[in-house]
Amino acid sequence: MNLYARRLLVNRINLMVSLLAMLFGLFWLGWILFTLFDAGFGSISAKLFLKTTPPPGSDGGLLNAIGGSLLMGGAGTLVGTPIGIMAGIYLAEFGNRGWLAPATRFINDILLSAPSIVIGLFIYQAYVVQVGHFSAWAGTMALALIVIPVVIRTTENMLRLVPDSLREAAAALGAPQWKVIIMVTVRAAKAGIVTGILLAVARISGETAPLLFTALNNQFGTLNMNAPMANLPVVIFQFAMSPYEDWHNLAWAGALLITLSVLVLNILARVFFRNKTPVY
Amino acid sequence: MSAVFNEMQGPAPAAPAGAMSRAIPHANLRKQYRLDLLFRHATRFFAFLVLALLGGILVSLFVGSLPSIRAFGLGFLVSAEWNPVTEKFGALVPIVGTLTTSAIALLIGIPVSFGIALFLTELSPVWLRRPLGTAIELLAAIPSIIYGMWGLFVFAPVFSTHVQPLLTKTLGSVPLIGALFQGPPMGIGVLTAGIILAVMVIPFIASVMRDVFEIVPDVLKESAYALGSTTWEVVWNVVLPYTKVGVVGGVMLGLGRALGETMAVTFVIGNAHQLSASIMDPGNSIASALANEFTEAVGDLYLSALIELGLLLFVITFIVLALSKLLLLRLARFEGQKT
Repeated sequence: MNLYARRLLVNRINLMVSLLAMLFGLFWLGWILFTLFDAGFGSISAKLFLKTTPPPGSDGGLLNAIGGSLLMGGAGTLVGTPIGIMAGIYLAEFGNRGWLAPATRFINDILLSAPSIVIGLFIYQAYVVQVGHFSAWAGTMALALIVIPVVIRTTENMLRLVPDSLREAAAALGAPQWKVIIMVTVRAAKAGIVTGILLAVARISGETAPLLFTALNNQFGTLNMNAPMANLPVVIFQFAMSPYEDWHNLAWAGALLITLSVLVLNILARVFFRNKTPVY
Repeated sequence: MSAVFNEMQGPAPAAPAGAMSRAIPHANLRKQYRLDLLFRHATRFFAFLVLALLGGILVSLFVGSLPSIRAFGLGFLVSAEWNPVTEKFGALVPIVGTLTTSAIALLIGIPVSFGIALFLTELSPVWLRRPLGTAIELLAAIPSIIYGMWGLFVFAPVFSTHVQPLLTKTLGSVPLIGALFQGPPMGIGVLTAGIILAVMVIPFIASVMRDVFEIVPDVLKESAYALGSTTWEVVWNVVLPYTKVGVVGGVMLGLGRALGETMAVTFVIGNAHQLSASIMDPGNSIASALANEFTEAVGDLYLSALIELGLLLFVITFIVLALSKLLLLRLARFEGQKT
């Protein structure tokens, strides 16, 4: 075999392998989604949203878990988002000098990928141990700490996309800096910032590890943020690890719910950002 | 841009006495100046909060693990004993499990991610790049508990009936590595956890690789093509050397993710505090030990040992992720100089 033929052959084989790698990736996505629909779709009914988690062997739904997840996820997002946006503004607008901005950026990127179970441990140590009991507030704090790095990252990136000429134009009109930032810069980057918040919500809606030692779980529905609260991920964990068939079915239904909402949020974030962001 | 503002923040220019009525009153300017200052310091405070958070995590975990550090010292790192009854704890088994599962994940994940990045940047038709890239990124969006549940109920049975016996029969008799593939095919174990971790880190590594491959200047690639290179030769001899720092950064990012992954591993690793020569056997990882035992731990020393595990995990992932970030920053600077 001459040199040319061999090089062509090597090229073809490697490109074929690359195609296979792509298919390998898609294969897992397809398999997981298929399983979820196959196992979870049958258990989705009105009961799921109207009844609370049952003891094994009896009839029930996931009302308390869904409610708890919405409540803690919502509160976590409400707490984390303003902090993240403010810090993101600092990094993008004031962060060109000094040591604080580069250090924050660096640490933030690490916290973004840090194991979420450690966040749970931290809240356990810093809050749960101090007050002496698990509570939905602790879960909210843990989730907020996961929201913050995501929002900081996207806010900074999006603010940096806003051209300086916009800021200069506003400043030339005599606007003070805080007005320039809030009314011009942030407004111009609004779509991007909202994308970041959506991604953060998607991220926390499936987080299990930080809730294990903070919100724990609750057999019953409660709106008391000072008590342990059921939430979808932890209920799925408990039910999936149990030996009972009907709990497994509920766990699959919950898994399908979470995955669907996460995927929808992710796709929504992409579409939203692509269509609404002005292209300069 | 800050220069513009710095000039604005100075004292208001003295206006001629006659024009005073039309000029902006001093009081308003001073108020805006104060508001600016307030705003800047408020944002600064929240940025500082991130650093404080890191400090808080380290300090609180350290304080929590003090009893265990006092009781076991450095022996904690090398002892394989984990006995809540006699209150003797050592972290060797979870550490080995964490490292082994992550190593398996990278062993599978790196080549596959490279293939995916290669496909997305060089091979795929342009109209397919975006949807395919999104599909791979969605793999990262699926919550880890879903991976765990799916791994336990769907993947593990298939793996134990079809793949594991095959591995034992073929690789099990190879000298040196044969011992790794011995043991009953149970479906759950270190190998299963590693494979599921691989699927979970592929999107992270692949998207970093794709992003860094895309920054290679077209001129470089075109020059190589003009010399008669094949696509593979361009990728292997031009793109990869140019981006190797970034590729390593992406791999480290994947490693950081794999080390700290909790729920997926907890479901399938088997949670057995034992050291075994075979990766088919159940084991334990730091994160899964925490997830499984923390809420049920009784006794201060037990809790403290678990918290020390968490501290270890945080420090290890912090170092790995910091390295990854530094490498990627270096590539970005390098790129900045080139263009």
